[in-house]
Parts: sequence; C-alpha cells; structure tokens
Amino acid sequence: MYRTRITDHLILILGSLMMIGPVAVLFLTSTHDAVEVHRHGLMASWGGHFLETYNKVLFEPGGFTGQATGMRMLMNSMILGIGFAVGKIVLSMLAAYAIVYFRFRMGTFFFWVIFTTLLLPLEVRIVPSYEVVQKLGMINTYQGMIVPLLASATGTFYFRQFFKSVPDELLEAARIDGAGPWKFFIDILVPISKTMIAAIFIIMFVYGWNQYLWPMMMTSEEVYFTLVRGIKQIMLVWVGSQIPDYNEAFALAVLAMLPPVIVVVVFQSWFIKGLTESDK
Amino acid sequence: MKRVQFSSASLPYLYLLPQLAIIVIFFYWPSVQAIQSSFYLEDPFGFSSTFVGLDNYTDVLESSSYAEIARFTVVFTLLVTFLSLSLALLFAVKADAVLKGSSSYKTLLMWVYAVAPPVAGLMGVMFFDMHIGPFLKFADAVGWDFRIGLDYFDTAFAMVVISVWKQIPYNFIFFLSGLQAIPKSLREAGAIDCRSGFRRFWTITLPLLAPTAFFLLIINMTYALFDTFGIVDVVVKDKAANNPITLVYKVYMDGFRGGDIGGSSAQSVILMAVVFVLTIFQFRFIERRVHYN
Amino acid sequence: MATITLDKVRKVYAGTMEAVKGVSIDIADGEFIVLVGPSGCGKSTLLRMIAGLEEITTGEVKIGERVVNKIDPADRDIAMVFQNYALYPHMTVYNNLAYGLKNRGMPKAEIDKRVKEAARILEIDDYLDRKPRALSGGQRQRVAMGRAIVREPATFLFDEPLSNLDAKLRVQMRVEIKRLQRELGTTSVYVTHDQLEAMTLADRLVVLNKGNIEQIGAPIEVYDRPASTFVASFIGSPAMNLLDVTSDDAGLKLVTGTGLAGAASGLDRGRYTLGVRPEHLEIADGAASGEGLSLEVTVNVLEPVGAESFVYASFADGGPQIVVRVSSHARHQPGEKLYLKAMPQNVHFFDADTGKRID
Repeated sequence: MYRTRITDHLILILGSLMMIGPVAVLFLTSTHDAVEVHRHGLMASWGGHFLETYNKVLFEPGGFTGQATGMRMLMNSMILGIGFAVGKIVLSMLAAYAIVYFRFRMGTFFFWVIFTTLLLPLEVRIVPSYEVVQKLGMINTYQGMIVPLLASATGTFYFRQFFKSVPDELLEAARIDGAGPWKFFIDILVPISKTMIAAIFIIMFVYGWNQYLWPMMMTSEEVYFTLVRGIKQIMLVWVGSQIPDYNEAFALAVLAMLPPVIVVVVFQSWFIKGLTESDK
Repeated sequence: MKRVQFSSASLPYLYLLPQLAIIVIFFYWPSVQAIQSSFYLEDPFGFSSTFVGLDNYTDVLESSSYAEIARFTVVFTLLVTFLSLSLALLFAVKADAVLKGSSSYKTLLMWVYAVAPPVAGLMGVMFFDMHIGPFLKFADAVGWDFRIGLDYFDTAFAMVVISVWKQIPYNFIFFLSGLQAIPKSLREAGAIDCRSGFRRFWTITLPLLAPTAFFLLIINMTYALFDTFGIVDVVVKDKAANNPITLVYKVYMDGFRGGDIGGSSAQSVILMAVVFVLTIFQFRFIERRVHYN
Repeated sequence: MATITLDKVRKVYAGTMEAVKGVSIDIADGEFIVLVGPSGCGKSTLLRMIAGLEEITTGEVKIGERVVNKIDPADRDIAMVFQNYALYPHMTVYNNLAYGLKNRGMPKAEIDKRVKEAARILEIDDYLDRKPRALSGGQRQRVAMGRAIVREPATFLFDEPLSNLDAKLRVQMRVEIKRLQRELGTTSVYVTHDQLEAMTLADRLVVLNKGNIEQIGAPIEVYDRPASTFVASFIGSPAMNLLDVTSDDAGLKLVTGTGLAGAASGLDRGRYTLGVRPEHLEIADGAASGEGLSLEVTVNVLEPVGAESFVYASFADGGPQIVVRVSSHARHQPGEKLYLKAMPQNVHFFDADTGKRID
C-alpha cells in the first residue's frame, strides 16, 4: 500500500504555513505601536500593546464623523450576517418546499424564474440595483443592506436538492397520519432538515458577514458600517497619512475575520458537509 | 420529483411569494433596467436621457482601455483559476495520503475560506507594502524594484497572489471530499493493477475527480471575475489610473465614480452575456467529456 | 373491520403507460390478501391506490360500503407499513406511534393507552423513548407495525415490509405478522415479490403480471393448479419445469424430437407447454411403464441444499434442462442416465400460445 513520505508532510506543513502565516503576522503586528511598525516593518513577535490597541479600536469612535466604534461595526456585521442567513433560510426553505412537494401548473415556470438568478451575480447588475434600492428609499437602512442580497437562488437550490433526497415514504406516512401541508413542513420536514439548516446557516452567515461591495454602496452613514466595509475606510486613511495607524488598521482587520473564522472552524464538519453535498 | 405531491390551489404560490417578490424586485427589475439603460445616454445630472441605440456598446467595445482591461481580466482569470486549482489539488492529494495529522492539516488549510476578500486584500497590501512589507526584502535580494500600486505588473502580481491565496481553501475542501469519496476498493484495485503511484494518479484518481474539477473550474472563473472585487478595490486603493483592474471593477468605476450610467449598463450587459456563455459551456461542452460514475 | 372492493381499477401514467389494467378483487372482512408478482407487475401501484397515495385513473375502490376514490389517505381508515418503515427520524418511538392519533385530536390519555397497548403486544415497551436510529432493523420493523396498530384501522396495508430484514428475522416477523393479523382480525392487503412469503401468509393470493391478474386463489390451490405458465413458474421453488411439446397421433413429443411416454390422454393435436414440478418427478428403476409421464435424462450436476438435493439433467437431444428433487442421500454422478416418472395428476398442460391452463 501507499506509504506516507516525509515530503508529503513537508508540503502540507508549507501549505499550512502559507495559509496561517500572513494572518499570524497581521495579528502580532497589531499588538505593536504604529511608530514601531513604521520603522521596522511587520512583526513576528508579541508587541505588548494588545489590550490598549484593541480597547481603542473597539470602544473609541474613529472614522470621520466619530460615530463608528469597533463595537458598533461588529454589531452591524452581526446584523448583516445573521439577518442574511436567517432570511435566506426562511425564504429558500419555503420556496423549495413549494417546488418539490406541490404539483401546480406554474411550477416549472417559477422554478426557472428562481434559478435563472444563479446565472447573474449581484456585481454584474450593481448599478441598476443601487437605483432600485434608492427609489425604494432603502439607502442607509439594514433592510437595504440585507434584502437585495437575498435575491438569489443559492439557498433554494441547496434545500431543493436536500428535499429531493428525503425518502418519499416519509410524506406518505405523514399523509396517512393525517398531516396537511403546513403540519408536514413544521412537524417533519423542518426537524429532519436541522443539520442542513445549520450547514446553510454557517455558509450564509460567512457570506453575509463578508459582503463588501454592496454594503459599501448602500451605506454612507458611519453608524451602518460593517467591519468589512470598514476596511475601505482603513485604506483611505492609509493612503492619506504620513505614519498610518497600522496597528489599529490591523486590529480592525483581525476583528473582521475572527467571527466567521471561529464559526467555520468550530462547526467544520457541518459546514463542509453542507458545502460539498449540496453545491453540485 | 416526489411520487406523491400535495395539490392545492393557493398554498404553493403563498410559499413561493416571499422569494419571488424579492427576486422580481431586486433581480429582474435591475436586470431589465440595465438592459434598458444600456441603450440610452443620460446627461450628467440625471435629468434626461436620450435613446442612442447601440452607441454605448460600440463606444465600449471600440475603446482601447476597455480592450486592455478585458485582456487583463482574461489573463487574471486564467492565472487565478489555474494556480489555485493546482495548489489546492496538490494539498488535497497530500492531505488524503497522510495517515497522521490528516484532520489537523485539513483545518489548517481550509479556514481561510472564512476570510473576506477585502481583508485578504488588506493583508496582501501589507505584505507587499513598500514601507513595511517583508516581500520587499525578497524582491530586493533578486534585484526586483517592487512597487505595488505604482507599477502595473507588480500590482497585477500582488493581485494574483492574493486572489489565489484566498481561493485555495475552497478548492481544497472540494478536492479533498472528492478524493475521500473514491471507494477504497477502487484504490485497492488500482494499487494491484498499477505499480507507479504517479501513473495511478493520472489514470485513476484524476479521471474520478473530473466532475469535481469541472465544477470547480466554473466556480473559480466566476470567483476570479466577480468575487475578487474586494481584493482589487483594496489593492488599487481607489487609484485605478495606472493599475490593472477587472471588468467588474470598471462597471463600478464608470457607473458610480464616472456617472456614465449608459456605458456602465452596456458593460453590465456584456458581462451578463459572458456569464451566460460560461454557463451554457458548462452544460453543453465540457460535461460530456467528464466521467460520471 | 371492513371489506375492500376493487372494481375494474386502472392506472395510467403520463397518458400512455398502463401500470394496472382493470383489476377487480373482492376482499372479505378479516381476510389476508397477498398481492404477489415480479417487480413492475403493478402490485405496489394497486396497494397505493387503495391507500390513496396514487390517483385512480378509472374504476372504483370501496372500503366497507364507502367509495374512497376521492377521499384523503388520512380519512380512509387505513394504516400502512412501508418497505423502508418511513419512521420519523427525529421523533421518539412513542411519538412515532402517537403522531397520527394526535393529528386526529384524540385525548392524551386515550393516545397513551393505545400506544402502551401496541408497545406491549409488539414487545417494544423498552424502546419507547428511543429514536429510530438507535434501533435494530427488526425493532424498527416492529415500530412500523406499531404505528399501524395504534390507529385500530379497518385495513392494514403492507408494502414489502420484510424485504429490508435479513433472512432469519424475516421468517420470525412473518410468523408474527400472521399471528397479529389473526388476533386482531383486521382485513389486510400485503404486497411482496417473495413467493414463499406470499404462500405462508395469504388466505388468498393474487398473482399479478404486467398489470393483470393471472390468478386469485388460496395458496395451495394456486400451487396445485396454476392458471398459467406465468403462475406455474412464479409460485414454487425451484420453479416448475416447463417443456415445449407437440401432440399427434403417435403421442407426445418434445419439440426437439424426443418422444415422451404416457400422459397425453385426451389432447388434441397441436403444440402445448407441459409443466411438472421438481418435487413431483420420481426416479424410476427402468424405462417407461404404466400410466403417467416418463422421461429419460442424463445428469449434469447434483446440487445438495441440505434437507434435499436437486438434480439438473438434460435430454439426449439437448433441449431444455430440467430439475428434479431427490433425497439428500442420493448420489448421482454427472453423465449418469436417469429414468423419471410423474403421476398424471401432477402433470400440467398449458396452451403454447396464450400460456393458459388446459384441463
């Protein structure tokens, strides 16, 4: 049989370092003060200013109007991530349920209406989308940030695949047991989809949290800034100043990646299952 | 579909309504508007617009800067797709082969999936920065005067590196689960029939991975075309002038910064066409050559 | 308790594929009916039409005095046991049994009483708090049965309920299902492709082929007097030997040429299919004599199965291979010549074209 060789481990260790190295350096550098970073470049050692820098980033207002603290941005990111994930799950479960479990005349037509959205990412229709949201008066609102992102079939597609794999007999048994459409959905289908829901929640949370372009266009008021949106602000400051606050910028970047990374690592097996089993 | 289905006059429509409403308002309406306004010229203040037929398209397609950006986008897409797929495949094959530590490697190699593209971009900019970036020392050593954001090639180089780094985990996850789905009996049969591990990889493992690889090919092209927006935006720091940008970035620049709604819409429609072709290509041409079970 | 009446029931899929072609059966109150046939014969479709899970294209299904064609499955007063059990994976055994009763709005105390009673009968009392995935195949099967029993329905419907069990459990559950049905006296319709299950369980068998009824009758009747070559080959294991023969003035001949002594009495000239079961062929001391069918064959192989053995043999001129049941102590060598005999009442004739029995 195949024997593991040293080179296999070597390649994997190099790969792991390549993935983890930049982030480790980012974090370590964020614990030094800005002048030091400016003078010596990136740091691979502990700087001792951790509490001070992160405290400042989290609780002291920064930016232009002085409204957006790190905490505020963290909260906005949470609202976007969780709001998007929950919205996606509710909408797409209902839609997938209708498509898989009902026989109705327009079924095929609506299927295509929904699945065509898989063809065109938001980025392609970004300008007209902005105009629509503007007409609806949703600029600088949480709805404006979340709802337009829900206009795609990814979640519906996942749930459709999953529902199709649920044994037919379960519905038949439930019908003999006297369950109508809504009862079957709530009593049977939702509970047996728990793992799937968890997996999709993770995928969608990460997706929502990591949104950049759309929140950037939707929000001009700093109270609505998310952490990822805040990166843009960091870059503007970076460009403009003599000695940029590297440490604060990096601390903010660390905060921006921490929650999704934790979620993905902790719920790894669900997440991988959800991603690989339903994406095809 | 199911053997037994419910039939009801109103329920399926009721369940579909929320999703459909959102899709119609935020997908179809803007898409139709993009197509519509691509035929109009809007004055800079947005008060009036005049029908100009295909002028926006001809303007876009004849512009030399658009051609150059398109060329860069193609090269960028191919490089990112090829490099991230090959590196991910290498790591996946190795992680699948090792007996000890396989799950630790898996975690270490996949978690970057959760990092947002602009955050990856920020890290890249920091790494390649002219004041604090460690890469500069390597570049110096080989006599490369590396200037990110100033030199076209250097900026493109950084963009590709960052985009590949960000996409490796996604491909890795799929390749690894594809490899682990290959039945043990098949590997054993392969081991009996073929002595060389390298040959076995090319003749048995790779063909069985073909469906995964094909799926990833399309996903990666879409990624490089659209999802790298955050990386591009952070790397060029709003100064697109002499820097390489992708087509999507140009749609954004012209539409928002330039206020050229018509031109930007025409570009959107062209991109839509590209995505359509990619999808059709996916279904019609490549799928036939791939071994499915 | 109820009778079930099927009247010219048809099922057509997608306008063209006729899965059930006008089937009529009268099922008596308390009767155990087994629908048997190869896959694709329409037996499951028929059962599902009785259950209300499949629409009836034309014809009528009556449960008791009520035409149920348009009635919802939940209101037909039936219970069904599925091949894969279809237990709700997220509910405990108790809730699996109680779910249907809750939906009917039955009082909690009554539900509890019925569930406990069913659990006692099926000896699953100890597992009531477990989820299905923590049970063995046999236990799941019992839970599925329990879900049917608690409803106290007029009719049990079984859709190949034993085919996911291993051989030993299958025999055990077969006996149990029979016992339960006797005890409860509930009219039952049972679908299977396993002829042994069909024979042992049924009061009456319905043999189906390509959407048509080939024969209805008590198991032993079907075995003794198969109505067609299809039934003859489907019921009984190993299957009945079927030989293509011609009858003329000189007597009976295999189509390949070998003459067959005896057994031709009263047949018109023409082509027939002759059937004789492996267990009805006896080894004789010498060449043909007396009445009945006599054959002369050469042994190909001897297959011992324990309690008995089977000899596979062929005729001198080739032709079809035939199977003979012999005692487990018999020692026949390949190449050995055997003389076989069968009593006239054990020799069946079928029309060569339609396959129908000729008496």
